[in-house]
Amino acid sequence: MSQDIELDHVTMRFGALTAVSDVHLTIPAGEFFSFLGPSGCGKTTILRMISGFMEPTSGVIRIGGEDMSGIGPNKRPTALIFQNLALFPLMTVAENIGFGLEVRGIASADRRRRVKELLDLVALPDTADKKVTELSGGQRQRIAIARALAVEPAVLLLDEPLSALDLKLRQHMRSELRDIQKRTGVTFIYITHDQGEALTMSDRIGVMSRGVLCQVGDGRSIYDDPASAFVASFVGETNRFTGRVIAAAGGRAAIDTPAGKMVGRNPRDLREGDEAILFVRPERMVPADGAADHNIVESPVSHQEFEGAFVNVFLEPVQGRTIVVQTTNAGTSNSNGAGNPWQPGATTRITFRPEDAVVLPQSEDVS
Amino acid sequence: MKEVLRRYGPGLTAAIVALCAFWVVMLIVLPQLLMIDFSLRPSLPPAKLGGPEDVYTARNYVTLWNNTIHRSIFLQTIWASALVTAITFAVCYPVAYFMAQVARPKSLPLLILLLVIPFWINELLRTFAWYIILAFNGPLNLALVWLGLLDQPVRLLGSPAGVIVGMVYVYILFMVFPLYNAIESLDRNQIEAARDLGSGWLRIHRRIVIPHAKPGIAVGCIMTFMLAAGSYAVPALLGGPSSRWFTEIIYNWFFEGGNWNQGAAYAFILLVLCVGFILLMMRIFKVGLTDVAK
Repeated sequence: MSQDIELDHVTMRFGALTAVSDVHLTIPAGEFFSFLGPSGCGKTTILRMISGFMEPTSGVIRIGGEDMSGIGPNKRPTALIFQNLALFPLMTVAENIGFGLEVRGIASADRRRRVKELLDLVALPDTADKKVTELSGGQRQRIAIARALAVEPAVLLLDEPLSALDLKLRQHMRSELRDIQKRTGVTFIYITHDQGEALTMSDRIGVMSRGVLCQVGDGRSIYDDPASAFVASFVGETNRFTGRVIAAAGGRAAIDTPAGKMVGRNPRDLREGDEAILFVRPERMVPADGAADHNIVESPVSHQEFEGAFVNVFLEPVQGRTIVVQTTNAGTSNSNGAGNPWQPGATTRITFRPEDAVVLPQSEDVS
Repeated sequence: MKEVLRRYGPGLTAAIVALCAFWVVMLIVLPQLLMIDFSLRPSLPPAKLGGPEDVYTARNYVTLWNNTIHRSIFLQTIWASALVTAITFAVCYPVAYFMAQVARPKSLPLLILLLVIPFWINELLRTFAWYIILAFNGPLNLALVWLGLLDQPVRLLGSPAGVIVGMVYVYILFMVFPLYNAIESLDRNQIEAARDLGSGWLRIHRRIVIPHAKPGIAVGCIMTFMLAAGSYAVPALLGGPSSRWFTEIIYNWFFEGGNWNQGAAYAFILLVLCVGFILLMMRIFKVGLTDVAK
């Protein structure tokens, strides 16, 4: 039977505060789904409701079609990986992984065999008799995953488990997690405020803000087609220009900004006169060669930030906001003399294609 | 030691060491040695002290072995103290767990206050309060009869049950706070993780909470047992002939029998017993001295 997770108009209130507001979503079995949002957006509350540590104020959570209300965390087909992992420090690695099996009354010989399989799965075959405290951060991470998978959950819930690791290890664990998910076929629900993690690992992402699920989609659609000003500015770097819509036709909208006329896609069908923001990604901005009456930004280069493969070029503020242009290392280094548009102090003309920009209602802006 | 010397200089260091040494030698080692010396000599009238009869002998220790009444009171004291310790633990563990893991931080000061307030009253007075509660025509008997649990009042005072109830009450705090401290330091996520993996509450306590709280349990049990075994006021007030405490025998040797040598031997036996109990507890709970000192 398929073990889809359904959140049926789920709301959670703490007194006057609405932590989760009418979230309606189905996560099909076997998916890697991430809830992405800033801290306090309600994503952890959703996780705790799915795992059974909290009951929603209204709405129903179903796993495999079965209503989960009133069923405690120890009776649900879910396993949670805590932010601090919460491994049992007084037990060995094998006892940790075997704990869920011990609870289910599985004989110790079977338990040992299963623990060995799981240690192989997470590539730590020789750690069974070690103390948890003897392991490194990355190893503990994997033991926590093995412990959770031992109970063969329908859903694995992960609460920002990578946040304590250093950058290199974090990037490594991303692919490892993805790999384990593919091999086991277990549904992963991942909570993070790190868009990089969400974008690289997930099949689909749900972006949350203030308890509301703003947009659900795969990484590319969230990044390229943000549905609201919040999603556009929270996920990835972006440049923004604020103004009033002066023309809207053929799926495009033109807005009038102090920097000039800007044209972009109009997914929300804004009308003439609406307050709007145009968003365009740094990597979509290119030096302008000919003349045009729209989508031109002219500003002196303030400084560069060298990232290795990429270089972020910061222009002096337009409308009070610094403009960022991302270009490749190759694009900046081979023309170092005069006439290099990215040289600090040089006034640069930048443009972008209307299809690379999106115009969204200003009313939903949060920053 | 070097650290102390570097920080305070030689003068102050010498003073600190001297004070500590004075404390240990004059107030702990010497009195104990004196008592051991007493216990190994026969009780003699002043005229014969230092005479040919004043020799070292184990006779005072053998007395306990030969005196069946004293021996049974001694064994009963150990047994009852262990029982008091066990009951105190059973009463305090849920309270400590509730305070440490369940209660909201806001209500915690009130809870602690409610626990501590009765202990602002002198131990003797609190024991007298139990004297009233446990009396034949007292409120406890009245309540039990009224609830239909008893047909007629029973004699609670003077029975071992009365002494044990009184002691459990008197020593509750010595158990609650070590337990609370130990359980409080347990990461709540560990409990939730165990629950999430399917564990019931009994197993969570057995496998997660109690192993973590071991040092606190050991400290609480040691304190309660020592205080119970060495208690005098509670058994004297609430007990009767059937529930005499070993401390009462020691008291009698010293102050009524006038036989300090015999009393010293009995007191020393009680001390050895308590030390033995501490070592046993530490062995059972697999805790070291450093864990207990925390």
